[in-house]
Amino acid sequence: MDVSRRKFGKLAGLASLAVAAPAIWTSGRAQSRPIRIGGSFSMTGPLSATKAGLVGLQIWRDDVNAKGGLLGRQVELVTYDDQSSVAQIPSIYSKLVDIDKVDILLSPYGAVLSAPVMPFIKQRNRFMAGMFTLASNDGVKSERFFQACPWGPDGKVNWARGFFDIAKASGCKRIAVLNADVEFAKVSAAGGKAAIQEMGLELVFEQSYPPNNSDFSAILRNLRATTPDAVFICSYPPDSTALIRGLSEVGIGDSVKLFGGGMVGPQYAANLQALGAALNGIVNFNLFVPEPTMTNAAVNSFLTRYRAIAVPEKLDALGFYIPPSYYVAGEMIAAAVDGSGSTESAAMATWLHANPVRTRVGTATFNDLGDWTERRVLMTQFQGVKGNDVDQFLQAGRQVILNPPALKSGDLIQPFMKARGA
Amino acid sequence: MTPDTSLMPAVAPASRARSRATGLRNIAFALGAIAVMAGGYALTQTVENPYVFFAAYIIIQYVALSTGWNVLGGYAGYINFGATAFYGAGAYTGAVLLKAFDASVFLCLPAAAAVGAVLGLLMGYMTLRVQGVYFAIATIALVVMAHTLVLNLEYLGGASGMALMAPEAPSWSGGQIQFMFLVMLGVAILSVVVARWIEISWVGRGFRALRASEDAAECAGVPTFKLKLSACAISGAILAMTGAPLVFYASFIEPETVFGLALALNAIAMPLIGGKKSWPGPIIGAILLGSVQQAATITISSELNILLVGVVLIGFVAVAPDGILGLLDRKGARK
Amino acid sequence: MFLDQFVNAIGTGVMLGSIYAALALGLAVTFGLLHIPNIAHPAFVIAGAYVVAVGNAYGLDPLLVAVIALVPFYVAGLAFYEFYARLFERRGSADTMNALTLFFGVSLVVETALLIKFGTNQQSVSVAYVGQSLNIGLLSLPYRLLVPAMLAPVMVLILWLYLRYTHSGIAIRAVAHDERALSVSGIDPRWIKRHAFGIAAATAVVAGAALIIIGPVDPFGGRLMIGRAFAVVVLAGMGSLPGTIAAGILIGVSESLVSAFASPSWAPAVAFSILLATLALRPEGLFGARR
Repeated sequence: MDVSRRKFGKLAGLASLAVAAPAIWTSGRAQSRPIRIGGSFSMTGPLSATKAGLVGLQIWRDDVNAKGGLLGRQVELVTYDDQSSVAQIPSIYSKLVDIDKVDILLSPYGAVLSAPVMPFIKQRNRFMAGMFTLASNDGVKSERFFQACPWGPDGKVNWARGFFDIAKASGCKRIAVLNADVEFAKVSAAGGKAAIQEMGLELVFEQSYPPNNSDFSAILRNLRATTPDAVFICSYPPDSTALIRGLSEVGIGDSVKLFGGGMVGPQYAANLQALGAALNGIVNFNLFVPEPTMTNAAVNSFLTRYRAIAVPEKLDALGFYIPPSYYVAGEMIAAAVDGSGSTESAAMATWLHANPVRTRVGTATFNDLGDWTERRVLMTQFQGVKGNDVDQFLQAGRQVILNPPALKSGDLIQPFMKARGA
Repeated sequence: MTPDTSLMPAVAPASRARSRATGLRNIAFALGAIAVMAGGYALTQTVENPYVFFAAYIIIQYVALSTGWNVLGGYAGYINFGATAFYGAGAYTGAVLLKAFDASVFLCLPAAAAVGAVLGLLMGYMTLRVQGVYFAIATIALVVMAHTLVLNLEYLGGASGMALMAPEAPSWSGGQIQFMFLVMLGVAILSVVVARWIEISWVGRGFRALRASEDAAECAGVPTFKLKLSACAISGAILAMTGAPLVFYASFIEPETVFGLALALNAIAMPLIGGKKSWPGPIIGAILLGSVQQAATITISSELNILLVGVVLIGFVAVAPDGILGLLDRKGARK
Repeated sequence: MFLDQFVNAIGTGVMLGSIYAALALGLAVTFGLLHIPNIAHPAFVIAGAYVVAVGNAYGLDPLLVAVIALVPFYVAGLAFYEFYARLFERRGSADTMNALTLFFGVSLVVETALLIKFGTNQQSVSVAYVGQSLNIGLLSLPYRLLVPAMLAPVMVLILWLYLRYTHSGIAIRAVAHDERALSVSGIDPRWIKRHAFGIAAATAVVAGAALIIIGPVDPFGGRLMIGRAFAVVVLAGMGSLPGTIAAGILIGVSESLVSAFASPSWAPAVAFSILLATLALRPEGLFGARR
């Protein structure tokens, strides 16, 4: 290393001049050395359900290596457990870069854990694939950060825009917003409120509640009294379940046409199984569902292989939500390495900014902040769910895609209470 | 950790030879502390790889944390499940000062210590009439209240947390992370100095009386209430001071991490493993458990690591309630 | 509107409170009567919930599973007490700190063992009555809360009768007051304490059934309950079983009212404010005797 750390700090201020710096890290190494891809995973702690993503990444690695690797080099993964804790992140990423000398970085799961890495990659001028991080790059504006999830441009405000498009199209005017006091839900709710204002809708109710709230009857009664047309919910798995149960018990009133939007939980097999028919009518986001407009042989084979690993390891038994995005991150990295003929951050970033990437869930092009230029967050409605059998969610028609229009696979059933079969 | 220090607390009858030995020991300790700090500085000037400092920061933070916890838990015998309430209060004090005034970490440390001390006093005052288990339960309550408060205060970023950039590190330190490493080393040394002073002074004897039996101490004329309050305040101040540099280290702060279980667990486990009765115990425990955990992030089956911590805790309570130091002392006594 | 809100907030609060009492009942026995600070009790409850989930997967009713599992949990409680007693009571140094650390370690082991065996997915049960409510006028009581809420009074009644009218029950109360006096009367106090600990462990599986009927459970769910369960026991006063229900309902109703009329965001702090206030102002609790 012939560039001192102090000099690095100054270079960080002048990012445009620093294009040459990363070359120092990787140049002059033997070409036969494996390409190392590193990142942290939440193997333990509150976010540990997200570790299913590692299986997705491992399947990609196996695929790539079976085809002879990248640039003729094998791909190797270097992963650490961040215990779902921000405090662990700085030392893990320093280790990945300074000790393990990984070539390519993957972000930790989500915006909270990624927040400490963002200044770091900006300072070190490193390429990084963002995993489920919403609006992480809005602050430091790194040119070498690329989002693997299709939140779309200006994801913070717009990722759940599909819900409001559907609301507007079905004549909803009065909107209620309810969110959990956790990062993702809070950001999403703020985005929802911005969308409401922008589209000329009326915000009639807003409320946040503590994580792990188990009784929603009081909240739902307050909400019902405002007679909303649509209810935008941003919740986390335990409270999503409690909320949906509460819905059946307390009811929501006849005014509601649309319910859901940003609920995390009804993507996971365990929650789908627990809720069963109580899900009917809910319109909620997902990143993949097995509808004819989305599915193809490649995705199916990926999911089959994922399940073969996940079910014995007691990971999410469906794998629709998290694992495919890790495979997509791999495809994105592979395209950039092959396309630029290099594992250098600068070359990969330049290539990705200039070229589209074909992935299993569609073609991606990236804007200046590394977000997908096209939003591909699905808004699906649960329809015809019967009993608590989890396998029914593998069939088409259970989670009908309403938005984006290009992937639409069915029509909205409304009002909400009718869609619930009540 | 000077080799000539006794492993168990010095119970010194006032003979002249003894007091000379104590004096020598104090000098040796002071020299040792200075040597550690100087060694830390030398490290920042010679070691190039920043990872060393990232990892060392975490381990040294644990030294300060477990030493701070031990002042109340080990010396005075008040078990505190809520170390994170104090740590979190310190971390958020640092973050608020950084956000509002772009304050230097050297301002944040004393401010956090003050906040922690006040919180400790409040805690002690509220639990004035209760002992033992009740105190421990009250500390759990404190964490939940602090967590709820942060979630509901928009200025603190609520659940989203706050991303803040630390001011440029002074040039003599060699870089931001090297600087934070030195700051944390200073905090840890300060906390050990305080802990050792407590241990060998009349305050420590008072604390030990509290631990043995609060009622008996009260009868014997020990000012139990004042002692309890000061133990809470000192411990709270150290724990809060340990949290203050977090936002400078991670450039981000959010409630789940600072009020999370991992820290609270470590704060208890480390002194227990090392030995609660004297100042080297928490240091040994922190370095041991801290490095094992740093190494453990590498392995994939991390659940087993938590399981191991649980088993180790049970094992130490069962076999060596006075920690590693207690084991060594027992062995020494048998010889 | 206001009346509707108010009536239902009270109704929900009473049900939640009764469930809190069910969770705290085991603690009321171990901590309140035996003075053993078993902070691992919520972990036992979670383990109970998992047992119920496994039984339910075979199509058994959660409450039936809980009743079947009473005996194994009682035996596990006996064994665990024996371990505890051998460690501490014979050593003659039942120091609170070590006991708390031991139970802390035990709860960690229980939780992680569940995590390793069942994965991070939440466990749940399916019962026919979930999703329906009993409607009485303005009041609507979801069976999901109502059924578990009935468990606490039943358990308390059985325990209370047992402690009052059976020989071994009276011995347990005697142990709580004066251990030495009991041994003079020819009863082995350790046997009585072991027995009481077993009963406390057995209540955990019923509480676990209550918990998992309300909603999905994950291995670390016990964390949230430690404080609340202790709040109930402390507020009730040491060893007062009927007081446990009253204290639970007081906390449940306060939370529910705060949630309905102030903001749900502040509800988690309610139980703990009550706890701190009790410790500061009336450490003997509402129904406990001054000690």
